[in-house]
Amino acid sequence: MARIAGIDLPKEKRGEIGLTYIYGIGRSNARKILKNAQIDVNTKVKDWNDEQLAEIRKFISENIKTEGELRGEVQTSIKRLMDIGCYRGQRHRKGLPLRGQRTRTNARTRKGKRKTVANKKKVTK
Amino acid sequence: MARSVKKGPYVHFKLQRKVDKINEGGKKTVVKTWARRSTISPDFVGHTFAVHNGNKFIPVYVTENMVGHKLGEFAPTRNFRGHGDKKGKK
Repeated sequence: MARIAGIDLPKEKRGEIGLTYIYGIGRSNARKILKNAQIDVNTKVKDWNDEQLAEIRKFISENIKTEGELRGEVQTSIKRLMDIGCYRGQRHRKGLPLRGQRTRTNARTRKGKRKTVANKKKVTK
Repeated sequence: MARSVKKGPYVHFKLQRKVDKINEGGKKTVVKTWARRSTISPDFVGHTFAVHNGNKFIPVYVTENMVGHKLGEFAPTRNFRGHGDKKGKK
């Protein structure tokens, strides 16, 4: 069972992909890790032996911020923006996009599900 | 795209001059400015700026955390008061 950085273990996947199940590790980090441990990227997660696992764990804990630690960092940066009251912080507070995207339409990722405004007058012609 | 590091951060020269004057002379005053595009540099910390938002001047007290941002980020140019509700939100 491969259990790295807390909670993760998809064993039927190639190592390169399997590692990306960890928050904070994408394809490029995954490749770096495997290269460092000298494991082929195509080796399935279940085929790693204990030594290799240890090598992977060591590399991650020393070099890459993952899971809780990383989430915490993201939260503190957002909180910092909100505390200093800058434009981006205000947008975070209002739950709107930060980077100047349009909000007349779209922006649903930030705004969430559509909230229809009641009693909107129908245009009569 | 981000500004080239080679050039260093942009601060409007007149604003810089005003800040330098305060830093030397000691007397603290509110610096009235339209230079919203100026980066906040470390020697701005502790000063209050009156940043123009197109309508009036918004007082901005600069803290350490704000270094590296632009002055304009702290003086919003739009004021959304909400839709509907005839009386309007206060």
